[in-house]
Amino acid sequence: MAVTKRRSPIESPDGTKKFLTATSVIPGFGLSTGVTLTMLSLVVLIPLASILWSSSELTVADFFATIARRRVLMSFWVSIETALIASLINMVMGLIMAWVLVRYEFPGKRLLDGMIELPFALPTVVAGMALTSLTANTGLIGGALEAVGIGAPAYTRAGIVIAMIFVGIPFVARSIQPVLEKLDRRAEEAAFILGASPWQIFRRVIFPEIRPAMLVGFGLAFARSLGEYGSVVFIAGNKPFQTEIAPLLIMSELQEYDYASATAIALVMLILAFLILFAMNLIQSQAAKRVGER
Amino acid sequence: MQQHSSPWVRRLLIGLTAVFLILFLAVPLIFVLVQSFSRGLGVYLSAITDTFALQALALTLVTVLIAVAVNTIFGLFAAWNLTRYRYFGYKIVNTFIDLPLSVSPVIAGLIFLLTFGRASPIYPLLTAAGVRVVYAIPGIVLATIFVTFPYVSRELIPVLDARGTDEEEAAALMGASGPVIFRRITFPHIKWALLYGVVLCSARALGEFGAVAVLSGRLRGRTLTLPLYIESLYQEYSYAPAFAVSSILVVLAIVILVARAAVEHKGDKRGEL
Repeated sequence: MAVTKRRSPIESPDGTKKFLTATSVIPGFGLSTGVTLTMLSLVVLIPLASILWSSSELTVADFFATIARRRVLMSFWVSIETALIASLINMVMGLIMAWVLVRYEFPGKRLLDGMIELPFALPTVVAGMALTSLTANTGLIGGALEAVGIGAPAYTRAGIVIAMIFVGIPFVARSIQPVLEKLDRRAEEAAFILGASPWQIFRRVIFPEIRPAMLVGFGLAFARSLGEYGSVVFIAGNKPFQTEIAPLLIMSELQEYDYASATAIALVMLILAFLILFAMNLIQSQAAKRVGER
Repeated sequence: MQQHSSPWVRRLLIGLTAVFLILFLAVPLIFVLVQSFSRGLGVYLSAITDTFALQALALTLVTVLIAVAVNTIFGLFAAWNLTRYRYFGYKIVNTFIDLPLSVSPVIAGLIFLLTFGRASPIYPLLTAAGVRVVYAIPGIVLATIFVTFPYVSRELIPVLDARGTDEEEAAALMGASGPVIFRRITFPHIKWALLYGVVLCSARALGEFGAVAVLSGRLRGRTLTLPLYIESLYQEYSYAPAFAVSSILVVLAIVILVARAAVEHKGDKRGEL
């Protein structure tokens, strides 16, 4: 640990950050860095690297031959399509829920607010089982939908979307709520006095402020839906080319001990997940910059 | 402040929120509870006192305990490290910690299968030492640690960031040692956030399915966690027992939500969350 000449705990005098050298008088830099990096490497980085290492054993031709199989391509498509629909629905509903829970007072509000996080607390298998039984043609909701001619959602892509909506519910609302709570109401009042309609106030004054949070929530929900397994496994029905999402395909390849294919598919999914992560970091840093400019 | 929007917009939005949440969250929850008693109390009790169910519960609790302990230790060190010091690469470290959140649970299982399984270079060493990771309990525990890895640190980092470092610096300049600073100054500020992180981490560890499904040998009574056991019951069309065992997890989920609300309320009052 090194205590160098300091001005603020955050930046060294010349504003540079030195490799593994902190500019703080607070003790424990060496220990905390050591523990953090060691545990991070053991739990996350080394295991994740195994996928790169394993896929390096595949030739490029093998890799593409695996990925370009119609069943694999369809599973990517089904995954992306269903996750996108589910997260878009969650984005709109999340915006409405955040608005209602921050701006309105009504009986039962705290209960609804507390319920939002149920998908984090309820094991996904349990949710998947309940949603499957409810939406199958013998179930309460599925039966009713069948009777009116829509058809039971279970074992179709609509069922997958329903499961993904369930797991993604908290992300957008929980991302927007704190931003909406901290929003300076004076701007809205000024707009109101200047004659703006409620819709104009929302679109021109409020929405630009909450858009980054909404997009980050969308990204989180999308990433979560894309990788979701537990709640989808029953409701999907797992018909190749139709209701087989990529995580299910990875699982079935593993059950056949086809590690190479599983790794190749997983690598594509990982790259996709990292792209989403990267996009969200970009949105967040731009939003931070915007706030900083004021 | 006065409401600008008309009352029917307000009613419509509140109605939409209520219908959406009730349909997607309350109905499935109530459905599980109703289904679990659908064959009567006798079936319910025999399902939840089944030896395999109890063994699955025990394995789940041990797994949760280890995962929460490991991630709490990590969370405290990482949060301290990432908010108290600025060094080259701290942003990258911060991003890496959150990686497990964007990795599919199935892939989380796969990476441990590749690291410790038959295809791994250390597999001969592990076999020679008699250690089984894959299709055994260590694999289940490792995968659970992985998927819940950021849960504690993520709750602590914003709180520590918001507090700033002034008090700790003052203490350090007056000669307080690291442990004393942590115990007397930092910890009182983060205890509610820490508890919140632990609750979230337990919830996720309790319900983890995909990652554990890859690494479990699915031996009933040996390597089945509660969610895996429930799945196996459901696959055998033993619906009432599957829902009965699920009801334990539903009750735990409700307890977690209430605990979460209580912790948040307490922390809110003190402005520490």
